[in-house]
Amino acid sequence: MGELAAFIILAIVTLLPAVVVVTNRNLVRAAMSLIPSFLGVTGLFVLLGAEFVAGIQILIYAGAIAVLILFVIMLTEGGTGLAVRQVNEQRQWGALTAGILTAGLVVILLGTPWQITAGTLPRSNVEAVGIALLTDFVLAFEISSLVLLVSLVGALVIARREQ
Amino acid sequence: MNWFVEILKAILLTVVLFTFLAVVAAMLGVLAERKISGWIQSRLGPKHVGPQGLLQTVADTVKLLQKEHITPLNADALTFNIAPVMVVVAALLAWMIIPFGPAFGRVLVVRDINIGLLFFIAMASLIVIGILLGGWSSNNKYALLGGFRAASQMISYEIPLALAMMVPIMMAGTLSTVGIVEAQAGGTLDMGNWFIFGGRFQWRGVIPSVIAFAMFLTAATAETNRVPFDLPEAESELVAGFFTEYTGMRFALFQLGEYAEAFAMAALASVLFLGGWHGPVLPGVAWFFIKMFALVFFLMWVRWTYPRLRFDQLLNLSWKGLVPLGFLLVLLTGWLLV
Repeated sequence: MGELAAFIILAIVTLLPAVVVVTNRNLVRAAMSLIPSFLGVTGLFVLLGAEFVAGIQILIYAGAIAVLILFVIMLTEGGTGLAVRQVNEQRQWGALTAGILTAGLVVILLGTPWQITAGTLPRSNVEAVGIALLTDFVLAFEISSLVLLVSLVGALVIARREQ
Repeated sequence: MNWFVEILKAILLTVVLFTFLAVVAAMLGVLAERKISGWIQSRLGPKHVGPQGLLQTVADTVKLLQKEHITPLNADALTFNIAPVMVVVAALLAWMIIPFGPAFGRVLVVRDINIGLLFFIAMASLIVIGILLGGWSSNNKYALLGGFRAASQMISYEIPLALAMMVPIMMAGTLSTVGIVEAQAGGTLDMGNWFIFGGRFQWRGVIPSVIAFAMFLTAATAETNRVPFDLPEAESELVAGFFTEYTGMRFALFQLGEYAEAFAMAALASVLFLGGWHGPVLPGVAWFFIKMFALVFFLMWVRWTYPRLRFDQLLNLSWKGLVPLGFLLVLLTGWLLV
């Protein structure tokens, strides 16, 4: 009962601002609405018992990515305070893509056998994630850290060249 | 009806915590700051309201409550009014994981969660959004510049802050604040196992933890926008920075958020490095407050002693100094653990 109520509230908190993000004509307001949406997703993670992912979700998405988006909008000339056009001439192509994506998602969702029974939660999320990253998924982990390093160095090089 | 009781408990604890912060962090903090600055600058400080000026901040708060709320003509009114609340709520939530000490057979902490320190850093990172939005929505160039400075500074210093936290986290092997304090129990006079004295690694642990402690305090000062890192509100160049246009209680909310966060950083430093509530003779809660106020005094002492940094110096210190040092510390602590 409580869990269901929490889920419904969190779903509303996640989805309502998400609608604002795509419909608001003011870019800063739209970017700002991302934050409650991210926080709602955090709540859903907590509800699932994935507290480590929840913490990272706030730290990375709300605390870093939202700030980055706001920063970019505010630094762009003419990016703030004006009503932006929301559709362009390619409306039918957009609708087609969205339709195909929705159909694909519905097919996959209906075809997946969802496991209803809950598994056992590890004693500590952080520990479980850490061990999984450095044993079973060590290759993926190393590759993604290499990609991040390359992008970091690339950003530095580009910033240097402009000086 | 279990969840109903939980919600009631949460609301009650929020009220208690908010009152505690408003009284201890904001009122007492501002008064202490003014008294200490007066002492350092060889003047008296507030002296007239109440005995020795003790009621000065109470009078100021009453005055601020009566002031008119002014929203600038071309400001984004909704964002302008939400921003100070975001700052305060995030600073308030950060206090959720601070353990005050044992009393009534349990540890006084709102919630001892598995990811305590991660939660703290996440809340600190939410404050940035409030400040950035407050600076932008004022529709004032000084406020906007202050907001930008705050955002770039706070994002740069979050990383050394987290890296400095990694040393006690690795020594204790947990992210829970209560777990970290419990790992520092025992030793000589109940002080020997504080992480600042090396914890269970004895003298070998002293080197990383002392450096991490200094790094944590530096990053915490920058994170709370205090001198020598107060560029977002540098009064000689930006009027008042991001809260230039705020009046009355909304301005006070920004101040409350800033002091609540500064006190939270002091409390967390005592939990991470100074053994939290552990100490000889005195009860645990008393030790916690002694350590917290000693660190708050240290932050104020620094504030009234050092001049402000230039912005490039500030960013260089973080990215070229503290961040590589932090990674070295993590490596060193890892080597101690093996």
